Amino acid sequence: MDGTPVAVRARGITKCFGEVVALDGVDFDVTAGQIHGLVGPNGAGKTTLLGLLLGLAVADAGTLEILGAPVGRRLAVSDGVAGFVDGPGLYPSLTARQNLAALAALRGSGGARAADVDDALAQVGLTDVAADRVRGFSLGMRQRLGLAAALLTRPRLLVLDEPANGLDPAGKRHVHGVLTGLADEGTAIVLSSHRMDDLAVLCAEVTILATGRVVFAGPVSKLAAESGELDYRLLTSNPANAQRVAAQTPGLHLVSAAEPGGQRDAEALVVRGAGPALDELVVRLVDAGVAVRELAPVVPPLEAAFLALTDTGIRAGQDDEEDRR
Amino acid sequence: MTATVALPRVAARPAPLLSGYRFELVKLFAQWRIRLLLLACWIAPAGFVAVVSQQNSLPTDTIFGRWMNATGWAGSLVVLSFSCTWALPLLTSLVAGDVFAVEDRLGTWRHLVVAVRSPRRIFVAKALASLSVMLLLVIGLATSSIVGGLAAVGDRPLVGLDGQLLGPADAAANVLLAWACVLAPTLVFAAVGLLGSVALGRSPMGLLMPALLAFLLQIAQLLPLPVAVRLALPSNAFLTWRGLFTEPAQQGPLLIGLAVSVAWALTATTLAYRLFLRRDFTDLGYERSGRRVVVGGVLPLAALVALTVAVLAASTPVNGSGIERTKLQAVLATSFAHLYRLQTDELNRPAVTEAQLRTAASCDKGGDLVTDEGPGNDWRCVVSWHLPGATAVGTAVYQLDVTADGRYVADGDGPKEVNGYFPVRTATGDAPNPLWQFDGLVDLLAGTSKG
Repeated sequence: MDGTPVAVRARGITKCFGEVVALDGVDFDVTAGQIHGLVGPNGAGKTTLLGLLLGLAVADAGTLEILGAPVGRRLAVSDGVAGFVDGPGLYPSLTARQNLAALAALRGSGGARAADVDDALAQVGLTDVAADRVRGFSLGMRQRLGLAAALLTRPRLLVLDEPANGLDPAGKRHVHGVLTGLADEGTAIVLSSHRMDDLAVLCAEVTILATGRVVFAGPVSKLAAESGELDYRLLTSNPANAQRVAAQTPGLHLVSAAEPGGQRDAEALVVRGAGPALDELVVRLVDAGVAVRELAPVVPPLEAAFLALTDTGIRAGQDDEEDRR
Repeated sequence: MTATVALPRVAARPAPLLSGYRFELVKLFAQWRIRLLLLACWIAPAGFVAVVSQQNSLPTDTIFGRWMNATGWAGSLVVLSFSCTWALPLLTSLVAGDVFAVEDRLGTWRHLVVAVRSPRRIFVAKALASLSVMLLLVIGLATSSIVGGLAAVGDRPLVGLDGQLLGPADAAANVLLAWACVLAPTLVFAAVGLLGSVALGRSPMGLLMPALLAFLLQIAQLLPLPVAVRLALPSNAFLTWRGLFTEPAQQGPLLIGLAVSVAWALTATTLAYRLFLRRDFTDLGYERSGRRVVVGGVLPLAALVALTVAVLAASTPVNGSGIERTKLQAVLATSFAHLYRLQTDELNRPAVTEAQLRTAASCDKGGDLVTDEGPGNDWRCVVSWHLPGATAVGTAVYQLDVTADGRYVADGDGPKEVNGYFPVRTATGDAPNPLWQFDGLVDLLAGTSKG
């Protein structure tokens, strides 16, 4: 027992919408100061779970504790919880400052003042456009303003749905800095995203949902390790020889020379295998006088694990009514 | 392994209602549409009344329109009459009809629920904010039209719907009271707007519900409905303020209209409230649902109409249209007597009183083959009166166009020196002849009296 406070503890959470089972016996744990990734294909139940954390819905079965207290059977947003689902929910006819000031007023209890609003705007780099109407904001600016709205309440649990959506690289870096800073101060962050690279950078742990069930929960490193054999793109000085050597390497399979997007690269090979087999391939190529120019996973390990665990290929193309929840 | 540590908290208190109300007002006033409406309601009526009052051709089709260049108070009543027909239902459509739907369009429901933490308070704040804006619009219409009329024509006496001359103070009080009375049916349309906005989500049909209801009720009011049905319609209170301008005031229809309006407003608001609380805020796909509208809105309101009709039918003494020969004769004779005195003053003839005139009217509708009751433009009446010291009985003929809501327009048909011409020749020149054409009002609820 490490004594870290638990921000979220869910056990056996089930939530149905009519005959659709959005969540089916989900266990979910997030500790204070942790950035926890929540991933899953469309319709996996991510938004429903985020909605439960934000008090937008009530579970049909199971227990949910948020910030140390059980959540009852009535709609109620827990104190100390902030965030957004499906976009930050801003009013385009109001300015950035008006949006935040209104939120501060709604929070009541004399909490946020004008200085807090300005501070929140500064944290997300929107001070210069504080007096501009949100109508003219780009998607990235809206995302940042939504984050500022969440920060305004000094949350102990921050629930964010695709916060990096629409951000340019600099904006993404900025938001990442804000989130890691909050986590360092002890705020628990639940981050739902389809951007596996973001999750890999930010999250210590991830939970993967598929069709309303948890298919993985644990450290990101463990997930990557579980990915097993991956496809690797191999660029060499002599593709013909490289193909011959790869075919003779134990534990390695030639897949195809096609790029993931379908474009064919005559110079590239795609091979599938685990780490030791790849090491052996590199040694044999060097022995054969073939220079290795590039050997990189076609799909990042985290994404590969996600695809394998969620069976996304099978589900691709299915109309996903549930995901809208 | 981690441990659960009891942290202070949980279920956060809802946002203060006042904060929610202010936020809703800020959102409403940030919309260009609302600002434009406010501007229009506070400026346009003054301009309209000021300009029209100076014209030779007055809007005589509208009640009190023929008096617009005689008193500043008539213009406000013309604006009120027009507002009751179209402006107020449309204003409620644009304000209350959109107050919930706008959150669907913007996708801000979840944000709002998380911020306010109480759907109940969200509903109350939105309802109060939209009603406040509506109130501001109605006050604007009233103030602007009164100011325009008084500035253009002046604070002069107003001829009532029974020919009685109301002094400026009485006219002012009645005009203000009339505007206050239409707040009740305005609330009805605002409540229906809330209901449509809640039930239909982002669909523009929610926005149109008050306007659609107003249109249907307008059509219904043109029909010769039985009195109990007519009085049970929520839009009836948009007409019953006219009863304030008779002596005595027609309080029965007025009070029933107000009561029906309050019942409708409460019912529609309650239905909207219940629908709203049942809403699933995690469902982004919340779209219009015909079944939800019918079950949650249309059927309960139709039941309310049926109940109101039953209660009114059992409790009021009048059957049929409420427009009967004897009642029409009585109100026509009364109006004629009052207006005759007015004409007498204009022409500087010896003063007479209504009692001395002993005015009577005899009316017939459409000849012998038609029953003398109900609305129509085929009423023909002969008014007779006596002058003090004269043995001859004066008579004048009128063609009456009586509408189903009890209003009539009497059009003088001679003799020409009494009611045959628009102007009368006074010592200072030609002046409008008050007996030539005038408006009147039959009390649909009044019991039949022998006249």
